[in-house]
Amino acid sequence: MRCGEMTAAALSAALQKRELSAREAAEDCLRAIEERDGGIGAFLTVTDELALRQADEIDAARARGEDLPPLAGVPMALKDNLCTEGVRTTCASRMLEHFVPPYSSAVYERLRGQGAVLLGKLNMDEFAMGSGTESSYFHPTRNPRALDRVPGGSSGGSAAAVAAGMVPFALGSDTGGSIRQPAAFCGVVGLKPTYGAVSRWGLVAFASSLDQAGPLTRTVQDAALVLQAIAGRDARDATSLEHDWSGLADGLYAGSAGLRVALPRQCFDSGVAPAVRRRTLDAAAALEGCGAQVDEVSLPALDDALPAYYVMSSAEASSNLARFDGVRYGFRAEGCRTVEELYEKSRSQGFGPEVKRRILLGSFVLSAGYRDAYYQKALRARDAVRAAFDGVFSRFDLVLTPTAPRTAWKLGEKRADPTEVYLEDVFTVPVNLAGLPAVSLPCGQDESGLPIGAQLIAPHLGEPTLLRAAHTLEQALKGGGKQ
Amino acid sequence: MSAELEMVIGLEIHAELKTKTKIFCGCSTAFGAEPNTQCCPVCTGMPGALPVLNREAVRLAAMAGLAAHCRISRHSVQDRKNYFYPDLPKAYQISQYDRPLCEDGWLDIETETEKKRIGITRIHIEEDAGKLIHRPEGTLIDCNRCGVPLIEIVTEPDLHSAAEVRAFLTKLRAILMYAGVSDCKMNEGSLRCDVNLSVRPRGEQALGTRTEMKNLNSFQFISRAIEYEFRRQAGEVAAGREIVQETRRFDEKSGKTFAMRKKENADDYRYFPDPDLPPIEISEQELAQWEAQLPVLPDARKAQYVDRFGLSAYVAEQLTASRATADYFEQAAALTSAPKTVAGLLLTEVPRLLEPGSEVIPVQPRRMAALADLLAQGDLSSGAGKAVLGALWTQDGDPRTLAEELGLLQISDEQALWPVALAVVEHNPKAAGDWRRGKQAALQSLVGQCMKQTRGRGNPAVLQVLLRRALEQ
Repeated sequence: MRCGEMTAAALSAALQKRELSAREAAEDCLRAIEERDGGIGAFLTVTDELALRQADEIDAARARGEDLPPLAGVPMALKDNLCTEGVRTTCASRMLEHFVPPYSSAVYERLRGQGAVLLGKLNMDEFAMGSGTESSYFHPTRNPRALDRVPGGSSGGSAAAVAAGMVPFALGSDTGGSIRQPAAFCGVVGLKPTYGAVSRWGLVAFASSLDQAGPLTRTVQDAALVLQAIAGRDARDATSLEHDWSGLADGLYAGSAGLRVALPRQCFDSGVAPAVRRRTLDAAAALEGCGAQVDEVSLPALDDALPAYYVMSSAEASSNLARFDGVRYGFRAEGCRTVEELYEKSRSQGFGPEVKRRILLGSFVLSAGYRDAYYQKALRARDAVRAAFDGVFSRFDLVLTPTAPRTAWKLGEKRADPTEVYLEDVFTVPVNLAGLPAVSLPCGQDESGLPIGAQLIAPHLGEPTLLRAAHTLEQALKGGGKQ
Repeated sequence: MSAELEMVIGLEIHAELKTKTKIFCGCSTAFGAEPNTQCCPVCTGMPGALPVLNREAVRLAAMAGLAAHCRISRHSVQDRKNYFYPDLPKAYQISQYDRPLCEDGWLDIETETEKKRIGITRIHIEEDAGKLIHRPEGTLIDCNRCGVPLIEIVTEPDLHSAAEVRAFLTKLRAILMYAGVSDCKMNEGSLRCDVNLSVRPRGEQALGTRTEMKNLNSFQFISRAIEYEFRRQAGEVAAGREIVQETRRFDEKSGKTFAMRKKENADDYRYFPDPDLPPIEISEQELAQWEAQLPVLPDARKAQYVDRFGLSAYVAEQLTASRATADYFEQAAALTSAPKTVAGLLLTEVPRLLEPGSEVIPVQPRRMAALADLLAQGDLSSGAGKAVLGALWTQDGDPRTLAEELGLLQISDEQALWPVALAVVEHNPKAAGDWRRGKQAALQSLVGQCMKQTRGRGNPAVLQVLLRRALEQ
């Protein structure tokens, strides 16, 4: 078996038993990237030299008999909006095509601290704005399960790299579903942690109040392993939470007996593809089979979540992306005579159409005279979404939904109408608005063999229950042979 | 002109807070370093960098609010003020919009003619921007100042003259320095003032259209800018023209103001709460602790000085404008029977001797006290007092001994001066005759003659009495 096709847990065990070296693991993954990524386009930068250097350090430490952390020598790749010191970090934008940060993201530091080895940086929708990884300035990424399909987005490169067996795990970021939806489209596990669980230091901001980095993995166990490595308070992020994350990976095996699971009626809307509906119900049945109790609920506040999300995230993005002005770093237009011209041309040429659309939308909803009608109203809708989840979680432990209403679409299919793509986020964005943890895991395929993801949502800091239930479900579905 | 016009002024003052490090990162705030040596990914707005609030900035801002009698919000919010400018790396300034830290305060001011209360609308926390350096080959950016913590103090439009503005700024500066909030060095830009000025017929309640003069950096320029701008606006009104709402630049050389840009309502900063920063919460306990840290403020000291030392309110106000001066005064006043004389020395003679920008008096307070006694007892003339103070500035010593050495001690002894008075009357029959015929001024010339005879050391007041006596004989 190729190293990139293994789970992080299995590879870690093999490395610890010295069945292979970190260098061999890295080399094997780098070979897989070379062989497979040409047809997929998951990577924007492959850090082969750096990976081998990092792997050699691990091997040397192991040779000295040092006690090594669990991820020591396990290869990884990061979405290209996570800063990596000395390695270019582009956000898949012309604006940052040549940007090499002089600092690292907190998650990269933590994973390096755990001994993981960086293989490279992964493609994404430009500045994480999109659901298909088609808005990348460099090239689109193809879905390894069906090369004419999108891998989802915006962390499409992360999902594709794991699904194609090029790397055991990757990190993505999730502002409105950007980890979970590509995980669903590519048939892998994607975890969006509680807002504040993982430090945002060095994650290039899209919408600061919603952004959260998290793992894309082959199994729920791996997701727990990686989350445990990256979660925890960081003094550099004022929104990061003080919380004890130890024991997360060990708590997966307690089963789901007695768990109360809510199934919102929206899951059965006409907008949801029949196969997706069926597989979601299968997942609910599988949970019931494990002793959980599943009930349908009505969650009308979810319907306001989508517009509220697009107003809020665009508002924050318009401000977060204002710093890309061509003055200090990043793309600078040539031949400008005034500073106004420099701003206008650098931003016009440096950003792609989807980013511009969101900046314009965000500037509009914050501007005098419209702020109350849009931004303030969105804040109220967000409060309503939070209250609705609070209500559900007073009676239930978890909420189950499809991750996305449909399976992966064909490349180029939805370029004409952006709002059609926005609708794909209907089940994922409420989770970000409420700051909750949620996981997408594979729950079967549609009639064309495209993967379908089920989403489990837990209350604030409810990751232990979330991952325990997800693990049970994963095992049950595997046993049932639905995959 | 139909009615007399008055000026209406409101101020926006920016003061740098005296923190060691910046408001959202650990970079130093020290002034005068090489460009771009005190900055990091946070204060230069690099992608992925995040701000973390320096709590000391909140404490100092709250101290300013407490000293200015404001209500301190226990829950306030930091907002983003979005605009593009090359000195603003994030293209937004983190400031406070509709929930500032301090609201509804006031300060009392005392001009030579009256006492007034000036309302303070709000005091909020914000970050400073960088500095643009214009060179022939292009414009450079120095980010050292990016993220230096500021408070912005906004007054009500309660001020009506340059003198009032000066008195207000003096008072504000005093309390900010007393409370340890800011250095208030205008020459280093740690205190900057924007003046909003409009005119209206006296007695009118409604406000006229205002202009804004930005970043005036000395009291003198502020006064000149106000005087000029008032005349300019009055001229516009007299000529029947509308005042245009705009930002104007004061040119220090010509003493005139020039339109910079039209302040249109199109200025839209798209404020919204900064999602990177949780709201600022202040506990009751914390607030009580800060209140307890507040030192005795100028107004309380001023009242004491009027009460205990019999100073006039105006002199006491001047004296308390600087904490260093007031502290010095109190030390010297405790050792003298002539505190008023100490006050006079501190307000008139000492400023002439101080290095520009310095408040360090190299004379021990007990020496100043002794000097005041000599002056008050008539042992030194005011001119000789100046000379002795000048000597004390460079060498320590007992003022009486110094005065003796310098031959400056005044002769007030009547027995010693009586022969001089008699002789002068005898040798100046014309002046004596003039005085006797009712010409009072003649006495001064006789005093002058006596001073000449005593080589300037005779006490003129004593000599006047003796001369009168001699003339009447």
